Amino acid sequence: MIIELGHFAIILALAMSCCLAVLPTLGVYLQNPVLLRSGGSLAAGMFVFTLVSFICLTLGFVNDDFSIAYVARNSNTALPVYYKISAVWGAHEGSFLLWCLVMSSWTLAVSQFSQQLNDDMRARVLAVLGSLSIGFFLFLIFTSNPFERTLPFFPSEGADLNPLLQDFGLIVHPPLLYVGYVGLSVPFAFAIASLTSGQLDAAWARWSRPWTNVAWAFLTVGITLGSWWAYYELGWGGWWFWDAVENASFMPWLLATALVHSLAATEKRGVFRSWTVLLAISAFSFSLLGAFLVRSGVLTSVHAFAVDPERGVFILYYLVIVIGSSLLLYGLRVGKMRVTVGFGWKSRESFILANNLILTVAVVTVLLGTIYPLMYEWFMSGQKISVGPPYFNIVFVPLMLPLIALMALSSLSRWRKTASTVLLRDQPLRLLISLGMTIFCCLLASTWNLWFLFVSLLCFWLIVNLLADARYRIGRHWFAGLLKQTPSYYGMWMAHIGIALSALGIVTTLTLSEEIDVLMSPGDQQQMSGYEITFQGVTRVMGPNYSADRGAIEISRQGELVEMLYPEKRLYAPSQNVMTEADISVSLWRDVYVALGESIGNQAWSVRVHIKPLVRWIWLGGVLIALGGFTTVLDRRYRNRKVIRARQSKPDPDLHLSAG
Amino acid sequence: MKTHRRNQLLLVLVLIVGAGSTLALVLQALNENINLFYSPAQVMAGEAPINKRIRAGGMVLMDSVQRPDNSLRVKFLIGDLKSAQFPVVFEGILPDLFREGQGVVAEGRLDQAGVFVADEVLAKHDENYMPPEVAQVMASDKVSNLP
Repeated sequence: MIIELGHFAIILALAMSCCLAVLPTLGVYLQNPVLLRSGGSLAAGMFVFTLVSFICLTLGFVNDDFSIAYVARNSNTALPVYYKISAVWGAHEGSFLLWCLVMSSWTLAVSQFSQQLNDDMRARVLAVLGSLSIGFFLFLIFTSNPFERTLPFFPSEGADLNPLLQDFGLIVHPPLLYVGYVGLSVPFAFAIASLTSGQLDAAWARWSRPWTNVAWAFLTVGITLGSWWAYYELGWGGWWFWDAVENASFMPWLLATALVHSLAATEKRGVFRSWTVLLAISAFSFSLLGAFLVRSGVLTSVHAFAVDPERGVFILYYLVIVIGSSLLLYGLRVGKMRVTVGFGWKSRESFILANNLILTVAVVTVLLGTIYPLMYEWFMSGQKISVGPPYFNIVFVPLMLPLIALMALSSLSRWRKTASTVLLRDQPLRLLISLGMTIFCCLLASTWNLWFLFVSLLCFWLIVNLLADARYRIGRHWFAGLLKQTPSYYGMWMAHIGIALSALGIVTTLTLSEEIDVLMSPGDQQQMSGYEITFQGVTRVMGPNYSADRGAIEISRQGELVEMLYPEKRLYAPSQNVMTEADISVSLWRDVYVALGESIGNQAWSVRVHIKPLVRWIWLGGVLIALGGFTTVLDRRYRNRKVIRARQSKPDPDLHLSAG
Repeated sequence: MKTHRRNQLLLVLVLIVGAGSTLALVLQALNENINLFYSPAQVMAGEAPINKRIRAGGMVLMDSVQRPDNSLRVKFLIGDLKSAQFPVVFEGILPDLFREGQGVVAEGRLDQAGVFVADEVLAKHDENYMPPEVAQVMASDKVSNLP
C-alpha cells in the first residue's frame, strides 16, 4: 500500500512539474500576477510529493518489502539498517529517484531564496526548472520505475546490495555528487530565463553566482569523496582511474570551475556575457551527458549501471532537446549581447579569460578521450577499443601546469589593468623562496625527479604568492585586517590553496609511492621505504552479513611498532560475493595501504602493500576547494537583500518590471 | 584602424594555429594510446598483433586456472562458448570477481608463442555484469550456434 502511495506521489510530482513549467510562463505572457507567482507553491508541491515518494521507497527498504522488484534486487534482511536506507540509491532506479528529489529541492530552494528577483524573472527561472523536471520524472516513471511489484510470486529473501556499496562512502558520495550535478541546472535556468526575457545585462550573473558556487562546491565534495572511497574500498590503492564515469563527473566540474570564474568577471565588469551564458548552458549539458554515459551502458566502466538501451535512448532524446533548444535560443539572442567594455592584457579579466580557455580545452580533451571508443566503434565497423590513462596524463597534465602558474599571478591582478610592477616586482624573490622550499623537499624525500621538482616549484610559488597577497591586504593591524577581507576573498584564497595542496599531493603520490604485490607466509618480512612490513597470518572472523579472512600485518619503523593493520577478505553470505577490505595506516605525511589478495596455500597469501606519501593532501585540498566555494556565499552582497533590491531598481533600459 | 585590423587578423591566425596544433597533438596522443579489443577467435586466427598493447577478453575456462605454489604467477585460458581459446599469464593480484566461468578482459601483450602476457585483468564489481565486449563475444557465438 505504501509503495502504491509512493508511486502515486511521484505521478503527482510529475503533474506539479508540468504545472510549474506552464503556469508561471503563462503568467509572464498574460501579465497575470496570480499565475506569475504560482511558481513558489508549485515548487513546494513538487518537492513535497517527491519527498513522500522517496520516503515510501525508503520504508519499503526498511521493512524488507521484497514484493517490490527494486528492493528484492538490492536489499536483504541481513543488511544493517543504515545500509538498507542507503541502498535506496544503490542502483539505477532509486538513485534516479534521489536525483529527482535533489532536483525538486533545488527548485524549492530557488523559489525560497530568490526574493530579490523580480516576479517576472523568478517565474521564468522556476518555469525552466519545472520543464527540466518534467523530463526527469517521465524518465523515472516510464523507464526506471522503482515502485514496480513482483506480485504475486515475490521472493522471501532479497538478492543483497552489492558489497562494495555497503560502506559509508555510498551513504554520502552519491547524494553530494547529485546535489552538485543537479545544482548546475540553476545557473542554466538563470541563463535561459535571461535569454528568454531579453534581459541580457549582468544582473543574471549576480543572481546566479551564489547558486553556481554552491553547486560547484557540492560537486567538488562529491568528486573528492568518490576518489577517497575508490581508494579505500576497491582494494587497488588507486584514487583516480580516468574511468568514463569519473570523467563524466569531472567534465562538468571543469566547466563549472570556468563558470565560477567567468561569472565573477561578468558580474564585476560586465565582460564575457555571452560566453558566460554559453558556459552555464554547457556545464549543465555536460552533467546531463554524464548521466547519459553512466546510465545507458554505452561505455565500459567500473561504475556502469545495468544496461538497458531504452533508458539510453530516452536520455539521448532528452539531451538533444535540452541542448538543442537552449543553443537555438542562445543563437537567436546572442547578437544582442554586444559588450563594449574593454580591458588591458594584464588585467584580472585576462587571467580569467586564460583560465577559461585552458579549462575549456581540458574539457574537450577529456571528452575526446571519453567518447573516442564510441566514435571508433561507430566508424570502424564495431571494432572495440579503450583509451588508456596514459592519454589523459599526457594531454591533461601539461594543461594544468600553466593553470597553476596563472593562478600564482592572478591573485595580484586587478580589474581592468594591472601595473607590471605590481604583478612582477616581487616575483624574483618569491620564485627564489619557492625554489628553496622545493630543494628542501627534494632533499627531504631524497629524489630529483623532474616532475616532482617542477610541480612542487609551481605549487610553492602559488602558495607564497597567496600568502604574500594576504599579508599585503591585511596590513599592519592583522586582526582588523582579517575582519576587513570579504568572504569572497577568503573563498578564493582557500580554494587556490586547496588546488596547490591537491597538486602537491598528486605529484608526490605519483612520483614517490612504493607499491608491491608480494607473496607472504606468516612471519615473512618486507622492507619498504624505511618501514618493515611483517605478515603475522590470517584468522577467520564473522561480521553481521559476511565471514572474513582477517590478516594481521605489523607496520614498524626501525624496530618500533607504528601500527597493526587488519585487512580483510570478506565473503558476503547472501550474494556469495567476495570483497577486499583494505586497511590503511593513515597520517598527514604518508599512508601505508595493505590489502589481501588470495590464499595461495600453506597459509601463504598474496599481499598488496603501498606506501603513498602525501596521498591525504589530494582530498584535503579538495575539501579546502569546496570550503572556499561555500565561503563565498557568505558575502554580504548576496545576503543583504535590501541593498540588492535598491541597486536593482536603478533604471535599467531593458528591464521589464512586472505588474506585481 | 588599420593596425587594429591587423592585430585582429594576427590574433585569429595565432588562435587557429594554436588550436590546430593542439588538436593534432591530442589526436596523436589519442592514437598512440588506444587499445584494440580482440575476441578469442580473433586471437586464435592470428588477427591480433604480436607484442603490441591490446585488450582481449572472454570467459575464463573451467579448470584452467593454474598457480605454481610459490609465486604470484597465474596461468589460465580465456575462451568463447565454442572452441576458441588462448592462454594468459598474469603476475599479481587478481580482482575479487575473477572466477572460472566468469567474463574477464585482460590488458597486455601477445608474445611470439601466442601466450597473452597480461599486466592487468579486469572483472566487474558486480556479479551480474558482463563487460560489453565479452557480452558481444558470447552473443555472437549464440547466434552462430543456432541451427
